[in-house]
Amino acid sequence: MFNRDSWQEIFETISKNKLRTFLSGFTVALGIFIFVILFGFGNGLKNSFQEFFMDDATNIFRLFPGRTTIPHNGFKTGRFIEFDNDDLAEIQKTFKSKIQYITPRITRNYTVKFKSKSNNYGLRAVAPGHQAAEKTILMKGRYINNEDIENKTKYAVIGRLVEKDLFEGKDALGKFIDIGKRSFKVVGVFQDDGGDNEERYVYIPYTTNQLIEKNTDKLEQIIVAFKPEIGYGGAMNFEEELMTFMKKRHNIHPNDQGAIYLRNVADDLEQNQQFGSLLQMVVSFVGLGTLIAGIIGISNIMVYVVKERTKELGVRKAIGASPRSVILMILQESIFITTAAGYVGLFSGIMLLSSLGDSLDDYFIKNPYINTGTAIFATIILIVFGAIAGYVPARRAARIKPIVALRDE
Amino acid sequence: MIEIKDLHKSYTIGKNALHVLKGINFNVKEGELVAIMGSSGSGKSTLLNILGMLDVADEGTYTLDEFPIKDLNETKAAKYRNKFLGFIFQSFNLINYKSALENVALPLYYQKVPRKERNETAMKYLAKVGLADWASHLPSELSGGQKQRIAIARALAAQPKVLLADEPTGALDSKTSYEVMQLIQEINDEGKTILVVTHEDDIAKMCKRVVQLKDGVIIEDKYVEQVRASDHV
Ligand SMILES: Nc1ncnc2c1ncn2[C@@H]1O[C@H](COP(=O)(O)OP(=O)(O)O)[C@@H](O)[C@H]1O
Ligand SMILES: [Mg+2]
Repeated sequence: MFNRDSWQEIFETISKNKLRTFLSGFTVALGIFIFVILFGFGNGLKNSFQEFFMDDATNIFRLFPGRTTIPHNGFKTGRFIEFDNDDLAEIQKTFKSKIQYITPRITRNYTVKFKSKSNNYGLRAVAPGHQAAEKTILMKGRYINNEDIENKTKYAVIGRLVEKDLFEGKDALGKFIDIGKRSFKVVGVFQDDGGDNEERYVYIPYTTNQLIEKNTDKLEQIIVAFKPEIGYGGAMNFEEELMTFMKKRHNIHPNDQGAIYLRNVADDLEQNQQFGSLLQMVVSFVGLGTLIAGIIGISNIMVYVVKERTKELGVRKAIGASPRSVILMILQESIFITTAAGYVGLFSGIMLLSSLGDSLDDYFIKNPYINTGTAIFATIILIVFGAIAGYVPARRAARIKPIVALRDE
Repeated sequence: MIEIKDLHKSYTIGKNALHVLKGINFNVKEGELVAIMGSSGSGKSTLLNILGMLDVADEGTYTLDEFPIKDLNETKAAKYRNKFLGFIFQSFNLINYKSALENVALPLYYQKVPRKERNETAMKYLAKVGLADWASHLPSELSGGQKQRIAIARALAAQPKVLLADEPTGALDSKTSYEVMQLIQEINDEGKTILVVTHEDDIAKMCKRVVQLKDGVIIEDKYVEQVRASDHV
């Protein structure tokens, strides 16, 4: 029955019943269009979210010193714990096989000055590993390296916005800036996906900072990156071992919760991923809702179409149309319309999404997209259900006896 | 051509059964032009619908061209209708979005006749009913009489053995009615068997045989002197 003749018959019907064709086509096109847009927005939301929460490396522990809360080995409670260079070296030595890199971080605030321009910026005194931990992206020049650490050089790596503020668009590389009272040479400029605040930092070697501060060997935060291949379980074990090790070194009671804090990004990651999947679920749910709405829409239209055509179908049957040919005609017509309209909706939705680009970044929708597979799948779903939706009333119409359909009202 | 024996038909409306046909016996030979008469509600359409395989009898036998009509499923019935029967309705029942030509060609579509041949045949029958010039017009652009002629052309296009007309002139004024009857007579003159349901005496007199239906039975069945419609036009 799917021959040229039946197609011709269907094209005739479609083109001579424009309103009906338009109505059913419009529903499907709109359904797919909204689906594509919503799904794309959902993906955009997810992108923004990932950017917020995943701008740092995910395989790291952050150790912060605190105050003891339990007396131990003759030490009273309330003692301040301090990390120093030995801690760094010992951790490195003891857990060599598990550590990818390790870096301290000392945070200060300084007035930074270039010529007549000056501003207040956060200073981070770090080791080279910090670049990976913070996912700092270098725009030009280089990051702090091991020689800087060893030689306690007065080199600084500044954020994109620091350069913009102080150098007013000119190149900062090789220039000297004043950090507090001391002069540093700019060796690198970086950007960071973590947002504007992250790009208003200045990085210097931690050893240089220690030298400036009366040659101290104290550190504040220690960031330990574990090798990703040890996995989530391995990271959990490592976390335990690290805490035990550090508590022992600093004479801390094993049950003391306040003396050293350890933040495990892997835990955050787990939560983030859960939130990510939740977002994905919401997106899918909304998408599904749109599809169902579309299916209900097309079903209603099919019921209406068949009802409107009852008399015509009765005439066709009276002059020799078999029930099968009636069903096929209606199905073929509805599938043709949904396919064509689905394609239109799909295409315009994708076009709109890609034309949006980054214009909705302010609404936390970044780079909205839908992968073609999902979009085509949704369209096929709608076509299939449109066909099923058409089949039910078509079968009913085909079963109506022609006299019932033809009876004069 | 048509033989029916002891035909019964009831309709159930709610709990009540309405016995419409109470044992109809009647034969029609090839080439006859039969009027089925009776007051409104006497079961004329019911009888014609059964003859047209649009409806089934509760009891009795029906033979069409020596072919027993029984236990037909919808698909078979559709096939036989297409092959054996042409219908003419009071309200024409043309498909409103199809042109005159397409309407006439439609039965041939269901006979799987190729498109070109279909349109040629349809054109021939349009010419026969005098509406060749109206081939591309939609039903809404035609008068009642013209619509009925198109319907007659459509009924003829499939070259049926029998034409069944249910009040073909019911929606037409008397002048147009006579024109349609003239066409029906001409078709009958060429040998086609035709059954015409009507409740109008003058229409019945233009047939060759008049069957009177009352209270579900045939009360009279007689051959009459045919009045030629052309005398009235
Ligand atoms: N499908 C139906 N269901 C119930 N009653 C019907 C049906 N068709 C016809 N009737 C009833 O059967 C009787 C005969 O109807 P019909 O054959 O159409 O009469 P006529 O054509 O002679 O006017 C009428 O009383 C009518 O109301
Ligand atoms: Mg009637």
